[in-house]
Parts: sequence; structure tokens; C-alpha cells
Amino acid sequence: MNTANRLGGALRRATLSVALFAILALVLLSMASPAHAVEVQRVTGGGVEAWLVEDHTNPIITVRLAFRGGAALDPADKSGLAEMVAALLDEGAGDLDSTAFHERLEDLAISLSFDADLDAVSGKVETLSDNRDAAFALLRQALTAPRFDAEPVARVRSQLQARARAVLEDPDAVASQAFFAMAFPDHPYGRPAGGTADSLAAISVKDLQAFVPSRLTKDRLVIGVVGDVTADELAALLQRTFADLPAQGDAAAVADVEPNIHGQTVVVPTGAPQSAIVFGQRGLARDDPDFYAATVLAHILGSGPFTSRLYQEVREQRGLVYTVYASLAPLDRAALILGSAGTVNDRAGETLKVIRSVWSDIARNGVDASDLADAKTYLTGSFPLRFTSSGRIAGILVSMQLEHLGIDYLDRRNGLIEAVTLDDVNRLAHGLLAPDSLAFVVAGAPVGVEANN
Amino acid sequence: MAKRSRAGLFIVLALAAILALLPAGQGSAAVFNPETFTLDNGLQVVVIPNHRTPVVTHMIWYKVGAADEQTGHSGIAHLLEHLMFKGTPTHGPGEFSTLVSRNGGQENAFTSWDYTAYYQSVAKDRLPLVMELEADRMTNLVLNDEQIASEKEVVLEERRQRVENDPGAILDIYADATLFFNHPYRRPIIGWENEIRDLAVADVLAFYRRWYAPNNAILVVAGDVTADEVRSLAERYYGGIARADTPPRANIQEPPAKTPRRIEMSDPRVRQETWSRSYIAPSAVYGARELADPLEVLAYVLGGGPSSLLYRKLVVEDGLADQAQVSYEADMRGPAQFVIGVQPREGVSLATIESAVDAVIADVIAAGVGSEDVVRAKRRLQAEAVYARDSISDGAQVLGRALAIGMPVAHVEGWPARIAAVSADQVNAAARAVLDPGGSVTALLRSEGEQQAAAQ
Repeated sequence: MNTANRLGGALRRATLSVALFAILALVLLSMASPAHAVEVQRVTGGGVEAWLVEDHTNPIITVRLAFRGGAALDPADKSGLAEMVAALLDEGAGDLDSTAFHERLEDLAISLSFDADLDAVSGKVETLSDNRDAAFALLRQALTAPRFDAEPVARVRSQLQARARAVLEDPDAVASQAFFAMAFPDHPYGRPAGGTADSLAAISVKDLQAFVPSRLTKDRLVIGVVGDVTADELAALLQRTFADLPAQGDAAAVADVEPNIHGQTVVVPTGAPQSAIVFGQRGLARDDPDFYAATVLAHILGSGPFTSRLYQEVREQRGLVYTVYASLAPLDRAALILGSAGTVNDRAGETLKVIRSVWSDIARNGVDASDLADAKTYLTGSFPLRFTSSGRIAGILVSMQLEHLGIDYLDRRNGLIEAVTLDDVNRLAHGLLAPDSLAFVVAGAPVGVEANN
Repeated sequence: MAKRSRAGLFIVLALAAILALLPAGQGSAAVFNPETFTLDNGLQVVVIPNHRTPVVTHMIWYKVGAADEQTGHSGIAHLLEHLMFKGTPTHGPGEFSTLVSRNGGQENAFTSWDYTAYYQSVAKDRLPLVMELEADRMTNLVLNDEQIASEKEVVLEERRQRVENDPGAILDIYADATLFFNHPYRRPIIGWENEIRDLAVADVLAFYRRWYAPNNAILVVAGDVTADEVRSLAERYYGGIARADTPPRANIQEPPAKTPRRIEMSDPRVRQETWSRSYIAPSAVYGARELADPLEVLAYVLGGGPSSLLYRKLVVEDGLADQAQVSYEADMRGPAQFVIGVQPREGVSLATIESAVDAVIADVIAAGVGSEDVVRAKRRLQAEAVYARDSISDGAQVLGRALAIGMPVAHVEGWPARIAAVSADQVNAAARAVLDPGGSVTALLRSEGEQQAAAQ
């Protein structure tokens, strides 16, 4: 792909659509399920627990971890704090400055990085099993003794400010940010997780230092490990790596929030030829008893790849878009059904109309038994496809813990989908889908779209 | 270009990333340990057993891509990729995707300059189903005017989404068109808009019949299978398709270039300026191919991460840039590109960035890269070969792409050993051969404000 070659395109792609896709990735993980081949072990050590899937096929160990509480806990005038800390944890720790830390990772071919989204600060480690002791030692240093030296702090601040600027160049990201700002006007979910140039400028080294002991704590931590390590070996590594983390930090929590969505249509003018459309309505929480029925409904409506009603009506029948989908997007403190589409400015009005009519049709007429059967065979049959790499499996282990699904979830998940009845789905189609309150944000120069808020 | 969703693009990008760092294998071990054979009708088959979960990835790669299009028909390879989902006499419109989905499968397709590929991931007991579907559409595609008209609209939306909505992507397309005087890599994979609009059903079907045949395809199956299982299924489903009279692919050479070129674009949408320079380079199968492995090491030493020369100098030490990196993909059937990309810090001019990059390059040419840096890069690249074995799909993508450009499996499998043998002298010789301004394009993406300021 030519556009992958050059920095501009690569960077933009790597970073910009993040808001929307990060959320969707979580949803996909939460739908993932069991592979009969996967046995999850509970391993404890150092006052923390990890879920392990042993696999000794290749000499590789993959770790994913997450601390509950992400960018939504950032102070309003310092949004971007969680991301800035995450970006700096591998920029020097203990007696290794940034350059020395990176050279050590390179010398040992270890990948170690951190990231933050609205609800969590996450880390990834990938190492050859020969270097596992060094890899976990570097992880321990990053989590307990990050240095926050002046040079990397200035550099990372500038990089994150650049990313915040670049977001404004990407119509999809502009629409997504505007949608969240509209849906959560007085709540941290309405602020960009990556911060703004000004809020990033306001973050001091003291803020970064204070974050570590208060937020990178055992009570917030979940861990998933996959690969060439036994339970006993991992227990010892957990002891050495995490024993020194504070048991608990501050008790800050984000408030539950009902999204402010009531049929708005918002237009954000941009100079792009294609309108980026983000749309959504109220959804269902991850622990709602109807979550699996809603998953089936969302599949039929907008998440079934190449088969959903939205795909058929908007793309296949009318050629209005390249991409259109909608899926459940449960955050920790709010729940949405969220979708996106892109169409040439001239046809934006028509595209909104078709999306709304697909929504209305299912809300009014429900789905039929064959829709339900096809959705179930897809959702259950595609489940093992989520288990095709160590990183994906470790990510699922983390999601299962973040979402309180239970260590036996992989064995139960397909049964939960199978148990969904046509009555369940149609009850939700009528009760949950609300075409009149479906809200749209359109970034572009759309024709035939009346802003109404 | 992916057929349908963003997922497709990410596959291609991920593939590029894998290939940039490419294949792995510790020390001189092989990488994917595939088994290969060829059916009587010429279909090459590659099997990569991986038993981590009862799943298979089934891919068909056609040895045809955007670089094989006739002049005036840019975008036809990619449009055909989209239209391959429109049905056959046996399986009507939409049935392919419905059946795959109903069987718990996931699928997509993608087009590059050198190949077009289709894949499905399914539970292993559904492999016969996807083979039957894929074999059916290898020769039985049916198209009508209405389908092509509607799908062109979809492709034009894809073009807007990927290219026209993104000033950096627009500049990339013009940089390619400027870098290659003669090679068809000068054309965008997705095509020029006016030429996409003019493509007719007859053009697409002629292209399909010319290139889609078992003797011009590679079947790759990775996952929980054995070569024997795949052999009997492949013979059953693909074995009956007749060999076709497929023409040889053109081997178009890029003439030596004497003129450094510069392009720049300013757009009010640009919030983040970028500077890049692309040099034409040998690939693993084109030109001075013995330089390909040293160039992979050079790319890593120069711009492969936070310890690389450009990042250390421009980003860490001098604080001029937010990002600095190099990409080099050796797996091109024609000329490859060695690309340096830099994103300046706010307030730093593109001219300052250019001087700083030029100074680093001049130093590499004059003094060479350090042997310690070469050792570190080689160690990292070899480890990537081990990591690449982890995922079921990585091997399928790397080997499919290799065979599609005419690279033997043994070349992929021998990659770690060859990287281990690369010397600092070879890296420096490759740098002197490729970092020649004559064969380069420097591309500047400016924000409108900067442009006005510069004009005053």
C-alpha cells in the first residue's frame, strides 16, 4: 500500500481514528469467547493475580495488563495526563535513562509499551522466553520507578500535542470527538482522552510523579499472560515484578452518566470531500442481563461484517459508502450503540435517511428466525477466530477481568449466545432501538443535512 | 487496497510492518517451515501447520495487481477485487459472504501493485466449504452493468475515505507518480478517478479471464491442518479447473534517474506538517537484489525505532522533530522504495528538518554506521522472525506475498540466516548505492499558514 510508506499516512492511520476504534476493539473482545483449546489458569504472586494460558509451541511470552481507571479520571484542565504518563513509562526508569532503557529493550528484542484509554491504563510486553527475567525486571522498573527526565517529558509532550493537532485533520476523528462532546457534555467522557495542546501544556512533572503511586496500584491491576511459561514460573515472576506496587491508591472513580442523546444532528464543517458520519444512541451496560441479546441484535443491525442490514441497504443496494457499521459500545460508566459511515458530501442527506430507516424498520418490525439463526452461527462459530495469536488471547484475558466475566467465561460464552431467543431480540428491537433519538454528527460539508441542536 | 472494510487496509499495513521487520527465526533457523506442492493445473499450494486453535486461514493469491493494468485502466485490479463478491451461476449475488458468515467465518480481500488476494478464516471443518466457494469464483464470475455501476460508487467512496480526505495520502500518491518515470508503480493502486469511472463490464471481465487461473494463483492454507489434508481437498476443489493461457507478466525496468525531484502541497486542512524523501531501491527480486538484506538492516539502524540514528539525532538530541522513521519493503516485484519520513516539532521549519536529515545521511555515507548499531539491528530483526511464527495468519501473508512476486519459499526461510551474515561494510555499501539524490523525491506537506509565511 503506497500510503503506508510515508510517515504522514502511517502516523495518521496509526493514531487518529483511535477514539472510535479503541472502543470498538473493547467490544469485540468482550464478544470473544471460548476456544475449547484454551485453558485459563489463575496464578498469584506478589499480591496480584494473573490469568495464564500456557503455550510452549514458540519460545515467546506475551503479557497484557491494565490498571482500571483511565483518561476519564484526568483533571479537566489536565486532560491527557493518563496518556502522557503511559507514554513516559518506557522513557527511562531506575538507573536507566531513556536512551539506555530503549537500548536495553532493543538489545534483548523486548517490546514494552503503555497506553491509556478512557477507562484504563494498559501495558504490553512481548519477549523471547530466554529474556523473560530481564523483560519482567524492566516492566517492574517502568511501573515503580519511572524517571520523568526533562528531555523525554518535553519530547513526549510535543508528540502528544502533535497527535492532538493531527486528530483535527482526520474527519473521522473530528466527528467522533464531537459526538462524545455532545453525548457527554458535563462528563469526562466528553473530553478527548489524548488531551489538547493546552491541557497537555499544563501537565507538570509533579503531576506525572503523583500519578504513579496513586493509580498504578495492585487493587486496580489485571494481568493476562500467554506463552512459554509455567504457572510456577509465572508466580515467581509476579512476586518479583509486582510486590512493590502500592496495595491501593486513591479511590477516585468516574460517575455513571446517561448519554445526552435525543435525536440531535450536528454538523462540524471541514474542507473534506467526504462527510464523516458518527451516529449513535443509548446502549446497554456490559453487565445488563440483556447484553447477549443486544449483541445478536447489533450483529443483525450493523456489526455483521458484509451481511448486516446497514451494510446491505447503505452499501450494497445504494453504493453510498465504503464503510458503514454500528455496534454496542459499553463504557465503564455509560453505554452506547455507536456507528460510523462515510459518504461524498452530496449524498450525506440520503445516507442519514437510509441509516435512520434501517433503524426504524428493525425497531418496528423486529427480526425473524432466520436472522437470529444466522447471527448465532456467526457469533458462536467465529469465536475461535479470536484466539489466533498470543497478543489477542492475552488481550481477551485482560478484558474478561476488566469486565468481571469470570475465569470460566470462555466455556460459557457460546451458551450465553445460544440461549438468546427471538422474543429477547425483538423485545430489545422494540424497546432499545430508538430511531427518533438516534443522533448524528457529520464532519464535512454535507448536503441535505439539517443541523438541529 | 482492501475490498471492503478498514480491516482490509489494516491487514495490508500490518503485513507491511511484518515485512519491514520481516520473517523471523532464531539464529539460522527457518521461519515458517511450510510444505509446498503444485497441482497438475499449475496451482501452487503452501501449507503452514499451526495447531494452537482449531482454525484455518485459507487464502488465494493471484499473481496480478495494479502494476499489471493496461494504460488507461488504472484501478481495474482493485475494482475486480470488489466485484469478485458479486456471484456466479452456482452462488448468486451476496451468497458468498452470507455462507461464510453463517458458518462463523471472517473474510476479506486486498489488492496491491503486485498481487490480489482473497482470504477466509474459519473453523477447520469448514475448509471444504470455503475452498468450494473460492474455486467456483476463480473462473465463474458473473457481472452486470448495474452491479459495476454501484460498486464503482463504493470504490470512489473508498478513494475519498483513504485518499481525498487525507492530505498526506494525496501527497503520497503524487510522490509515487513523481518517483517512477517508467514503472507502473507510478499509478495509484486504487486508480485515477476518471479512469475508474470509465471502466466497463467488458474491461473487467477481460482482465479477469486474462489473469485469474489456477496456473497464475497460489493457495495458502495456515492453521490446524496437515499438508495431506490440504492436498486432497485442493485436488478435489481446485484440481478440476483447467489451466489457462495466461500471458507472462511484463518486467518493466525503471531507468537510472539523474534528477532529484521535489514536490510540495499545502492544504488548509493540514495541522501537522511532514517531510519525506523516497529513494528508488533494489528489492529482493529486482535490480541489485544482493543489497536487499543490507538495506533492511540499514532501514532499522537509520530509522527503525527510538534507538535509531535519525530518531536519536532529530527527535531526542536536537529536539527538531516529533517523529523520524524509515521504511523499506524488500518484497516488491519491481523497484522498492527506501523512505525517510519526519514530522517536525511545532515551529520547526521543513527546511531545518531537511538540513538535519541531509547531515545524518552525509555522515552515514562518509563515516558509515557503527558496528554496534548493526549488531543490535540484526538481533532485533532475527527476533522478529521468532515472533512472526506466533500468529496463524502472519506466515500465510508473508509466504503468499513472496510467491506472488516470484520469490522462492527458500528465500523467506533463509532470511534469518542471511540477516545474521550481513556485515557493517555491506550496510554501508548499500547506503552509498541507494541514498543517491538522483533517484529520489522529496515531498513536503505544508499547512496553508506556513506556505503564506514562506511566500512573504
